[in-house]
Order: sequence, then structure tokens, then C-alpha cells
Amino acid sequence: MKVVVCTKQTPSTTAVFSVNNGAVSWEDSGGKPNVVNPWDEYAVEEAIRVKENHGASQAIALTMGTPDSQEALKTCLAMGCDEAILVSDPSFAGSDTLGTARILAAALEKIDGAKVVIFGKQAIDGDTGLTPVQVARKLGWTPVTYVSAIKEIKGHTITLERLLEDGKETVTTDLPVVISVVKEINEPRYPSFMGIRKANRATIPTWSAADLNISGGVGAGASQADWSHVYAIPAREGSVEIIEGDSVEEKVAALVDKLFEEKVI
Amino acid sequence: MSAVWVWVENRGGEIIAVGKEAIGAARMVADELGEDLVGIVFGHNVAGIATAAFDLGCDEVIGCDDETLDKSRIEAVGPLLVAQIQEHEPAAFIIGGSTRGRDVAAWVAADLDLGVVTDAVALEVDGDVVKATRPVYAGKLLATAFTKGSTQIVTLRSRAFPQAESTGNSGSADWIDAVVDEDDIPTKVVGFEGKGNTVSLTDASIIVSGGRGVGGPEGFEPVRELAGVLGAAVGASRAAVDAGWIPYDHQVGQTGKTVSPDLYIANGISGAIQHQAGMRTSKIIVAINKDGEAPIFKLAHYGIVDDLFKVLPALTAEFKKRL
Repeated sequence: MKVVVCTKQTPSTTAVFSVNNGAVSWEDSGGKPNVVNPWDEYAVEEAIRVKENHGASQAIALTMGTPDSQEALKTCLAMGCDEAILVSDPSFAGSDTLGTARILAAALEKIDGAKVVIFGKQAIDGDTGLTPVQVARKLGWTPVTYVSAIKEIKGHTITLERLLEDGKETVTTDLPVVISVVKEINEPRYPSFMGIRKANRATIPTWSAADLNISGGVGAGASQADWSHVYAIPAREGSVEIIEGDSVEEKVAALVDKLFEEKVI
Repeated sequence: MSAVWVWVENRGGEIIAVGKEAIGAARMVADELGEDLVGIVFGHNVAGIATAAFDLGCDEVIGCDDETLDKSRIEAVGPLLVAQIQEHEPAAFIIGGSTRGRDVAAWVAADLDLGVVTDAVALEVDGDVVKATRPVYAGKLLATAFTKGSTQIVTLRSRAFPQAESTGNSGSADWIDAVVDEDDIPTKVVGFEGKGNTVSLTDASIIVSGGRGVGGPEGFEPVRELAGVLGAAVGASRAAVDAGWIPYDHQVGQTGKTVSPDLYIANGISGAIQHQAGMRTSKIIVAINKDGEAPIFKLAHYGIVDDLFKVLPALTAEFKKRL
């Protein structure tokens, strides 16, 4: 049994964005502008734990993206993944979640023995959270989303806990599965010194469209969703009203008056 | 053209908040398109839900009452929806963006090769096209998005749309049969631990939040007291969660919950962009902070520049007097 973690390279959480004529760009004055999608760090950690605690033979990191996504994959190797694979092709550019799901499904079919596929719950750029279920559908595997614990893997059965709005649901299902994980599932480890050295020496194979048996359309032309009209959030109208007063009680009474006027209490 | 559909998400014999919001939003879309609104009511013992869906403004209801649909498992819900959409080809399918609602959207779209716009905070109809405004890049930018397929699937951010209200409408649902047998569903729900009566962050109409400025776990006490008086949920910044002062459940922001309450009271929160990404769509934002230069004041509607340990107890006392 192999466990595969699907990661994505995204802008860092501290990145500052600008939009010029519809083109989005970002920079990060304090650090790297691109990182492993923060939600995926939990997925990477969990994949390594499936190997450590549930007897997977290998933990493999898989990314679809531009060639510079190798950087994010090196982070996965440094954390402890055994192998990393980049899926990259100019024809993939502009894929929607469905195109992405077709590409990832084709790549997963090529990995012999993959039984557990782990995603972060969503990526912080598109923020759709659709891809895990869609990959599962393209593979014909079972999707289980918002997983907060992998309790047991026994034979062909996996027991999972999901974190939903109204509580925690425990489910059992059959392998193979595609799961998405939430932050509660673990505390991601830091890459070790040895891990970083190993990652820097590693050659990461790139699979192109020609290496995969993709069924269905990919890339911008096949995209069923259009969100090309991107713009900065309009500045909030008006500025803050600082409540003044001679005492805390006075300020508080004035604030409460305002909140009743706004009809939010 | 054909009808607009809405996913009537229900639990424990009631339509949940995002379900009512979806009906309200979908009613608007149907009216703009000049089409009927069809409520999709799946579950077990859901006759009352169908009645409620009519009352909230649905013109028709397609219902399925089956034990396999009881726990909203996607493997039971998905294939039934796919078959129905193939048969009726609705113009649009509006779904509340709960965890289960997102799974529904993803499954249906994957099987029918349709696009989805997720997390809409506003909707407009342009000709036949449903255009959604949605935050992208973790709420740092906005996009106007639409899908190209025969059925336009949109999920809605919680609390971004008002709930549909009673119209007095009634009707009789078209009850259909489930298409998947229990034996063919690999996933079994073997346990559930509910959250009890605590107000969940994403459903709360008021959130009282604490950040680094509360200084420690005990600093959340005055935050909780104010929340208690207001019937509010307790939120926190990442700094407070990372410091171990309050569990992750409470985190608001880019790597926490995204919330849109009517009132958000930020206490001792500086307002880093990651935090703003999670709460900027709140209707009214109040900032209480000693530092008048904190970025949160750029986003806030009202501010008090003072010691939160004096302001919070005073606020609690004032609300106790007036509520």
C-alpha cells in the first residue's frame, strides 16, 4: 500500500496582491512568495504518519503545476516524503478543478499500489475545495472530506473521523480512498537538516501530458468555470469612527447606542 | 430555459440556516430568469421539510425519502442528483456552502462535467448567465465568476445571503425513489459526536474575538462573558490560537474559519491581513485596542482606543442593563 499526498504551490499567506488589467501578481517582502499550500502541510504530515503508523510502504508527494512547483515538492521531501512527482505541461495551464482532477487522476493511476490519497481541505488561491471529491469521482474511488483523524487502517477498511459544522462524524469505508484533511488532524513537523539535504540532492521526475492517459479536456480551453474578472476589494467606504469619552463607561455607552442604531444587536 | 434548483439542506427535521439562505438567493435568481424554483429535498422522514420548502418560496419540490439518505452520505445523494439533473437539465443549481453542500457540488459537477462557482457572496443575473461575486486568494481579491455548462452550479458562503422567509405557499412534492442500495454504499457512519449548544462561528450573527492583546488563556474570560450576554460565538486570531490560549476551533482568518456575522467585535487583535481575510465581510466591525495605529482600525466601523480589560467588563455590564 502506498500513500500519495497531492499538494499545490500557492502564494504565501503573507503575500500582498496587485491586479493590473486583470493580471494578478503578488510579492512577499518578508519571505518566499510561493509556498506549499498551507492546508496541504497537514496532508503531507498525515501521509508520512500513514507510512509510520499504518504500514504504508511509501509516501509520495504529487503536484500539478508549473516547473517552479519543484520548490514546494522539495519541502515535501524535506519533511519526509520518499518520492516526489511533478505533473507539468504547458497544455495544463488554465485548467479548472475538473481539468485538474482529470490530470491528477491520470497521474494517480500511474502510481502502482496507491490506496490512500490525501489532500488539504482546499488551496488558498482558488479556495474551492472541489478537487479531492472530483479526483475521487474520476478514479471511481470513495471520497471522504474534512477528515480530522485517521483512526485505523485494517485490511481494506479505513476508519476516519470528519469535522463537520455540527460535530464529529466517524465513518468506515473501503480502500482505495481520496480524503481531504483539516488542520485539527496533526501538527506538521519541520523539515529536518538531513531531510533538507536529501531534498536538495533529489531529482524530481516530471510527467507531461504525453506520459499520462488523461480522459477528457484539460487546460483553459476546457475550463467550465470562468473567474477571469479578478479585482481588488473596493476600499471600505468611510473611515472608522473612534468613540471618544471622558471615561470607559461613557465610551462604552456611546458604542452601545451606535450598535443599537445599526440594528446589529 | 428551465427551472432553477436549490439544495434544501436539512438536518434533524429542520432546514438548516445555509439551506434557507440558498432558497432566498435561488428565489431571486429564478425570478430574474423568469423561471420556477424547484427545491431538492433529500433525507429520511422529510415530508415536513418539503412542506417547509414550499412555505419558504419553492414552486415545486422534488423529494426523496429514504433511509440511505439519512446521514447525507455523498455516495447516496450524489448519484440520485446526477440522474435527476440529467433528466431535467435545470438552468442553475444553487447550494449552500456547508461542508456537505460543497461535496454535493463537487460530485455532481465531476460526473456531469460541469463547472462550479464556489463561495459566492453576491449573485446577479446577466441574460441567461448567473454571475457570482466570490472572494479569491483567501479573501484578498474578488472575482466575478460564472460557469459555461448547461446547468450553472453555485455554492454560497454561509450568512452572505438573507434567509428565505415564510410565504404561506404550499404544494405537493414529486417523490422519487433512491437509486443506490445500502449494500452498494461502502461508507458507513458509525459514530457522531454533536457540538451541543455552543454557537458555531460560521452560523453566529455576533462574534466576540480575542487576539494577542488578551495576554493569555485567562484573558479570554472577559471575551467569553461579553459573548455570553450577547449570545455570540467566541473567535480568536491565529496569534492567540498558536500561543495555546484557545483551541483552533475558534480561529478566524485565512487558515481558520471565514465568517460574516452582523457584528464582529475584535479585542486586542492588530488585524493582520490573514485575519482580515477571514472576517472582512462582517457587516459591522468594532475594534477595541490600546494601539490606535493597529491596522484593524482601517477595517473597523467603530473603534475604542483603550485597555480591553476595562472596556470589555464595561460593555458586558452595559449590555446586561439594556438587553
